[in-house]
Amino acid sequence: MVTEQDIWHWLEDVNDPEVPVLSVVDLGVVRSVNLLDNEVEILITPTYSGCPAMQVIENGIRSKLAEKGLKNVTVTTVLSPAWTTDWLSEKGRKKLREYGIAPPENEVDKSALFADPVVVPCPICHSKNTRMVSQFGSTACKAHYQCNDCREPFDYFKCLK
Amino acid sequence: MNNSISTYTLRIADDSLILGHRVSEWCGHGPILEEDIALTNIALDLIGQATSLLEYAAATEGKGRTADDLAFLRYERDYTNVLLAEQPNGDFGQTIVRQWLFDTFRLFFYEALCYSKDPQLAAIAEKSLKETKYHFKHSSEWVIRLGDGTEESHQRAQAALDLLWRYAEELFFMNAVDHELIAQGIAVDLTTIKPLWLERIQHVAKEATLKLPETNWVMKGGREGQHSEYLGYLLAEMQYMQRTYPGMEW
Repeated sequence: MVTEQDIWHWLEDVNDPEVPVLSVVDLGVVRSVNLLDNEVEILITPTYSGCPAMQVIENGIRSKLAEKGLKNVTVTTVLSPAWTTDWLSEKGRKKLREYGIAPPENEVDKSALFADPVVVPCPICHSKNTRMVSQFGSTACKAHYQCNDCREPFDYFKCLK
Repeated sequence: MNNSISTYTLRIADDSLILGHRVSEWCGHGPILEEDIALTNIALDLIGQATSLLEYAAATEGKGRTADDLAFLRYERDYTNVLLAEQPNGDFGQTIVRQWLFDTFRLFFYEALCYSKDPQLAAIAEKSLKETKYHFKHSSEWVIRLGDGTEESHQRAQAALDLLWRYAEELFFMNAVDHELIAQGIAVDLTTIKPLWLERIQHVAKEATLKLPETNWVMKGGREGQHSEYLGYLLAEMQYMQRTYPGMEW
């Protein structure tokens, strides 16, 4: 007998295609799992409106559940409540750091122009002496930073609230 | 099926789609690598927002059309984006000034639309607002950097503002569709956000040592499908693949 908990557990093997160290559960993209008789409904939410990974994530969820023998699977995209980096799990933050991406820090109000960018510790050498190169990075969810001590450039998974 | 909601949603969608396409033209041509990436990220957010909006416009229209049909298979006169969105990129300064006028509008617009009684519009607004805050910060800071920068950058930013200011008023266009939906608590009464927009624009312009043009000359028509000469060329490029290979998928 399959339970919702089993499904959550299986979804931990479905990774984000752009940040493959994170599962869709770590990322907070899976919002709910509803099991009714033999039918499963999964609600997912995009990190950013234009996130090109959503289709791949949906396919990944379908094939993982098909592999486990679940056939009647609906994956529905919901926009509200809007995704926030607060939904990144603790495990997810740890995995990001180990992978070389700095996890989101609590940021100041974005309406303040030219405010000092948030201090993001370098995921390689842990120095806090880093600088923001660009608010926009390799994907919609990341900003580009560089460490002033070890000189290593790194991605910062930017705060979205 | 509510056609006023569809018409209203389509306007917001077209602004995002057309401006998103314009900004995407910078891909590979940005003045520096970081800006190339920033502009393409902003374009991606806009196209993403357009996707959600077009899906909803298609659903509420009730004619069996899809978001792709609306994006790629309409004629020029059927697009209801503001003229500002379709104006050419020009130099980097012109792109930034266009984006700043638009982002500042979108910031207040989405903030208000979050309270719409239409749950889907409110959800799209809530999602898009978070992205728009980043865009607003980016374009405002660049306007200040360019305006209060070198003699050359100041002159170019001022020239862009002189050129584009006449298109700003159309952002606040309203007609019977808006009034009907405002009465139902669905649409945003744009007269309430105009003073907020102007105050913020004046504040940044002052920091940027830029002068807002003193003119009442207004260019509009986009909301009613009457476009500048630039939209046709944009559509020719954007629609090329679907027109040449109808129904093509990848």
